[in-house]
Amino acid sequence: MSSKKPILELRNVDKSFGPIDVLDNISLNVSEGEVLCLLGDNGAGKSTLIKTLAGVHQPSSGEILMDGQPTSFASPRDAQERGIATVHQFGGTYPLMSIGRNFFMGSEPTKGFGPFKIFDRAKANRIAVDEVQKMGITRITDGDRLVGGLSGGERQSLAIARAVFFGARVLILDEPTAALGVKQAAHVLRIVNEAKKRGLAVIFTTHQVMHAMAVGDHFAVLIRGAIAADFRKGDKSREEIADLMAGGESMADLEANIENRTESHSGHAPQSNA
Amino acid sequence: MTDPTTSNISPDASASTGISIGGLLRSPASGAFMGFAVVFIIFSVFGFGRNFLSVPGVTTWVNYASLVGIIAIPVGFLMIAGELDISTGAVLPASTMTVAIVSGHYEMPVLVGVIAALSVGAAIGFVNGFIVTRTQVPSFIVTLATLFAVAGLTLYLSILFINTTNSFYHAPDWAKSLFGGKFYGFNSSVFWWFGLICGFVFFLHYSPKGSWVFALGGDQGSAHNAGIPVKRLKIGLFMLCSMSTAFAGVLQVITFNSATSQANFGLIFNTIISVVVGGVLLTGGFGTVIGIVFGALTLAIVTQAIGFTNIDRNLSFLIIGVMLLIAVLMNDTFRKVATNWSASKKK
Ligand SMILES: Nc1ncnc2c1ncn2[C@@H]1O[C@H](COP(=O)(O)OP(=O)(O)OP(=O)(O)O)[C@@H](O)[C@H]1O
Ligand SMILES: [Mg+2]
Repeated sequence: MSSKKPILELRNVDKSFGPIDVLDNISLNVSEGEVLCLLGDNGAGKSTLIKTLAGVHQPSSGEILMDGQPTSFASPRDAQERGIATVHQFGGTYPLMSIGRNFFMGSEPTKGFGPFKIFDRAKANRIAVDEVQKMGITRITDGDRLVGGLSGGERQSLAIARAVFFGARVLILDEPTAALGVKQAAHVLRIVNEAKKRGLAVIFTTHQVMHAMAVGDHFAVLIRGAIAADFRKGDKSREEIADLMAGGESMADLEANIENRTESHSGHAPQSNA
Repeated sequence: MTDPTTSNISPDASASTGISIGGLLRSPASGAFMGFAVVFIIFSVFGFGRNFLSVPGVTTWVNYASLVGIIAIPVGFLMIAGELDISTGAVLPASTMTVAIVSGHYEMPVLVGVIAALSVGAAIGFVNGFIVTRTQVPSFIVTLATLFAVAGLTLYLSILFINTTNSFYHAPDWAKSLFGGKFYGFNSSVFWWFGLICGFVFFLHYSPKGSWVFALGGDQGSAHNAGIPVKRLKIGLFMLCSMSTAFAGVLQVITFNSATSQANFGLIFNTIISVVVGGVLLTGGFGTVIGIVFGALTLAIVTQAIGFTNIDRNLSFLIIGVMLLIAVLMNDTFRKVATNWSASKKK
């Protein structure tokens, strides 16, 4: 694995929003044909790291290298043009717009010439419907349908299908399986695997150990914005990974905590009196 | 395509036919059209004996609709993009006074006055857009501020340059017929409006950038993440709005030969009413150009053509108020229908 060339590399990247330091001295790399799983508790900085790679944020200090060359992504469009496609944790779809327009937002297919280029609705709809069906969402057959009428998971699948379609070199998925049913989550994991086989670098975050274990080759655990562990598949047991994902606390302790809390309220879940 | 209920319907069926009942129903323009039709029919009935359908009757409200409509469509673009522009009420008089001062008082060629007026519009639009995109201040407040600032500046500069707040300007013949002429009772502004409607429809509904406007109002964060130049687009829309308003001012001063520096607060309401009655969602992300056109026509009938009917003129504001409420309620229903409608379900 390590013989492959890293596509994206971060060197000592810090990111702060005014006085709030969110990322602290992050060094990471991801190579072609490799899946990097970013793990960590809520608020650990996973989405911020992803947004930095997607051109949404610029690092406060440190370097980003693409194919070994120091670079910077001036804007999300800049990152996209260099083959990095991202599905962000929230949003990504526009409820009152059609499936076809959602799919091609920002990269519209056109027909016609000169200043009279028009949005190619038939083509957009056809590709969007095809790609979403490939994700296992077979109920979507009409590209003119408004996205607001789709379920949360269908919307998520649409956003992922879009990134897979546009992702030329790097596919970044922030909690892609969070809203999905078992079957659709399995589809997404399969797609991650396919992208990896096609030689893409995939970065993905999840709170589910199962999902991480299923596709990850390389794991990085963030705790309060710093990398607490960086290891490869097989280096750690499932329990160790689960503990790291819980922010370093042991799962067994957490489970014991839950038990205690229920017991101390004589078998009933505690009533909120806040 | 393994789903048995959909296997007999090609996914392309709706994309290639273009027009279908459901497709029409889910367009926000259909509510606006129905509102227009209802008002038009009622006014035709009550105005049958009083010239509502005569040439002077029809041209009165169409002429009026054209001036409001030229401004209302870009105001609607901004609303679709999730922003409001109420500075139009000051941009219009600023534009008319610019033409009157530059081409009238200083006797410069009419085109210099027109370009000066459009530049004033562009500058005000840029300031609006710049402040809205660089700060967290809502556009309602930003444009409220520029409304008053520009209104005050227009009065001040009018006194400074020509020592009066109203002025006259007679354009040369060719300019008069181009910008302020009459053809069978219709002002030049009607034809300009028609041309602009074609351009605006193309931009919003056919050009690839039209999607971006909807995306801004739908989810600005996602639009930015999708690589859409959010700030530039927004500044551009504010400039388009102010320049269209300035252009309406040019048409107005050349048509009526007079300019005033008084702020036109009524215009603010009229444009917003046209946009909302036209089916644009107040919170952004949804709307059509044709809907706004019908909104402006409906408003024009109710406010301008009531004198050609037996309806008491004083009722016009009441009708507008009721219409606005019905429109907002209807828009809500239409949006739900639109969201749930699918070619494969045929509900
Ligand atoms: N634009 C911002 N300005 C200020 N603070 C921010 C900003 N974006 C994120 N943060 C802070 O950075 C921290 C990390 O947030 P981030 O969204 O990256 O967490 P995460 O690891 O993705 O969490 P989750 O698992 O809940 O998605 C949080 O404490 C958050 O409040
Ligand atoms: Mg996150």
